[in-house]
Amino acid sequence: MTAIGQNERIRALALLRTMLRIRRFEEVAEIAQRAGEIPGTLHLSIGQEAVAAGVCSALERTDLITSTHRGHGHSIAKGASLVAMMAELFGRASGTCKGKGGSMHIADFSVGMLGANGVVGGGLGIAVGAAQGLRVRGSNAITACFFGDGAVNRGPFLESLNWAATFRLPVLFVCEDNGFAAFTETARVTAGAGPAARAEALDIQNVVVDGNDVIAVADAASAMVERLRRKAGPAFIHAQTYRLRGHTIADQGAYRDAETHSRQELRDPILLMRQRLTDWNLSEDMQKLQLQVEDDISAALAGARAAVFPAPESALAEVQDIGAPA
Amino acid sequence: MSIQVLMPALSPTMTEGNLAKWLKSEGDDVVAGDVLAEIETDKATMEVEAADEGVLGQILVPEGTENVAVNTPIAVLLEEGEDAAVLKNGADNAPAAVAPSPEPMTASKSVAPAVAAVPAEADYTGPTTRLSVREALRDAMAEEMRRDDDVFLMGEEVAQYQGAYKVSQGLLDEFGERRVIDTPITEHGFTGLGVGAAFAGLKPIIEFMTFNFAMQAIDQIINSAAKTHYMSGGQITSQIVFRGPNGAASRVGAQHSQCYASWYAHCPGLKVVAPYSAADAKGLLKAAIRDPNPVVFLENELLYGQSFDVPTEEDYVVPLGKAKVVRKGDDVTIVAFSLMVERAVEAADALAGEGISAEVIDLRTIRPLDVETIVTSVKKTNRLVSVEEGWPFAGIGSEMAAIMMEQAFDWLDAPVARVNGADVPMPYAANLERLALPQTKDIVDAAKAVSYRS
Repeated sequence: MTAIGQNERIRALALLRTMLRIRRFEEVAEIAQRAGEIPGTLHLSIGQEAVAAGVCSALERTDLITSTHRGHGHSIAKGASLVAMMAELFGRASGTCKGKGGSMHIADFSVGMLGANGVVGGGLGIAVGAAQGLRVRGSNAITACFFGDGAVNRGPFLESLNWAATFRLPVLFVCEDNGFAAFTETARVTAGAGPAARAEALDIQNVVVDGNDVIAVADAASAMVERLRRKAGPAFIHAQTYRLRGHTIADQGAYRDAETHSRQELRDPILLMRQRLTDWNLSEDMQKLQLQVEDDISAALAGARAAVFPAPESALAEVQDIGAPA
Repeated sequence: MSIQVLMPALSPTMTEGNLAKWLKSEGDDVVAGDVLAEIETDKATMEVEAADEGVLGQILVPEGTENVAVNTPIAVLLEEGEDAAVLKNGADNAPAAVAPSPEPMTASKSVAPAVAAVPAEADYTGPTTRLSVREALRDAMAEEMRRDDDVFLMGEEVAQYQGAYKVSQGLLDEFGERRVIDTPITEHGFTGLGVGAAFAGLKPIIEFMTFNFAMQAIDQIINSAAKTHYMSGGQITSQIVFRGPNGAASRVGAQHSQCYASWYAHCPGLKVVAPYSAADAKGLLKAAIRDPNPVVFLENELLYGQSFDVPTEEDYVVPLGKAKVVRKGDDVTIVAFSLMVERAVEAADALAGEGISAEVIDLRTIRPLDVETIVTSVKKTNRLVSVEEGWPFAGIGSEMAAIMMEQAFDWLDAPVARVNGADVPMPYAANLERLALPQTKDIVDAAKAVSYRS
């Protein structure tokens, strides 16, 4: 048994709680989708929870994030409502986006979540623009920009990093590298020494981190966020993780190397954290935590099931802000 | 300076008429508004008024002449101080010498000539086999790649994964990595690369996982592929096909569900194809690959798995620019493309039950549009319903309405009706999505409305 301080204990349990909320949300959504309750496809981040949980643990509520098509975890870690998110996946009126966005387009501006994005690399420019907005308005908040390893090969990656570095904007670029760009092993179509080297080429402060070690991610993010608050220019985290599910819910991932996959299953970030907390003699706290999370997820599922479908006339509403009647 | 008086048109679609009677004689003074002559067609008569002041110098077309083409000079008006002698001197230079326009005065002149007249494919009576649209597209690419070593396929997931929608199944095995190339997720990058390869003499097929992602590359498609032939003074063409699924799939929300037909059809330099059946998918893709111009080839995810009879003939090619009457009828014409052809045929079935005989035209090629087939049909049915998944504003239906105004105005018994996707980003919820897309009943209702039936 290892003795740890009270603050460390609270922090570790909070990180585990966030990861569990993401994991259980997605596992339940996966079942609901297969049962036909969720009408659209899902891109699950199961296995990658430590990146969302670790990075967002370093952020304040007023900070902003942009996300990807695989964005449930980022939204949850940033504090979006599980009930509203589940209702959104169910296509219900009480969803985060009133049932009009769906899994790939969840946005919750009330918690600084500027939107998942259906286009790879689509969030990069938005994140940099948002950071510029924060700068202009004199805010001390920062923007964290999640994107995948696939986005690193896109033009907007260079354009966005260059802009942020040139103008020393407070953007934390987070490359959530799960090894696969859709169905293609990213290494097979990618040149050079990796994402961090590309950031290095633009003189952006960067670090490579084990993306399945939530404490390592949280430590790296905290250090980078501290720099950003000091207005020391953008920062870059390359978090190496692994996608335990397919690209979409329909993808069995038959193109993956079986041996690598088995090895990665043992590096499940939640499994690793549980082992650590067991070593720290926190099994009881973990059990309590698990039960709370199950309650939260059950409530979200029940809420989504009970929610009404969007009214037909809502299909025509909110196309534009037409202002209030005088 | 003498002024020519031209044979006027009674309507935008009139091409010729009879010069019934002259009301003024050579040498008469005329002021603007004076009636010079009467003309007539089988539908109406009209007076020709002088637009200017002067002396009626010469009558070029005597009264009683039939079938005078619109815009033919019929008389010459002399300004004050001129005499008829100038006519002799000026005759060689006068525009009067030019042949009358073979076309009626229509706004279609604002559309660049898109294609030389090509015959439609002959009715195929040979053996067929049952193929899905997915297989037909694959076969078209494979046959053209066997036929021409310059043809190659490039895109995301096209090689090792055999296509995100399995359209390129087997191509890597047969043609190898040189000609079936996996790209990273870089639409702008690999589209530009494809155009460069075309400039260098290759014939790329660029697959977009869906056309939604081609928005990243629209700069290269339009500014590079479509415009360079014109900008270079005809020095080079881009023989390149941009293909992939277009339009709404199912519950993928706003960013993954939209129709790009009118976006690309707007652009000179591009050809735009949107097939429905597997036979057309195959025949048109082969034609697109052989076409020297950039072709935007819009497929539909929901059709990939549907099977049709496809000619087994090795060289079955369907010419670009030709629509197809998929169902004959007399009372109303319905035009549609891609998946909406299925809805249109369903609507025609339902209308038949109510005693309305609908003719269904599969446009197949959006640009250049087969105006002749549409106009010919409307001259028979006198009614047009246009169906598309896309948004209404400046959509394909808007173009249909404009063409009818220009070329079939006198034959219309009702305003053109547009059935289209709702003017909103695609909602995710299944019930809202259904409301946003054209349904069979919408087409039935539109056809009944233009038939003044409830």
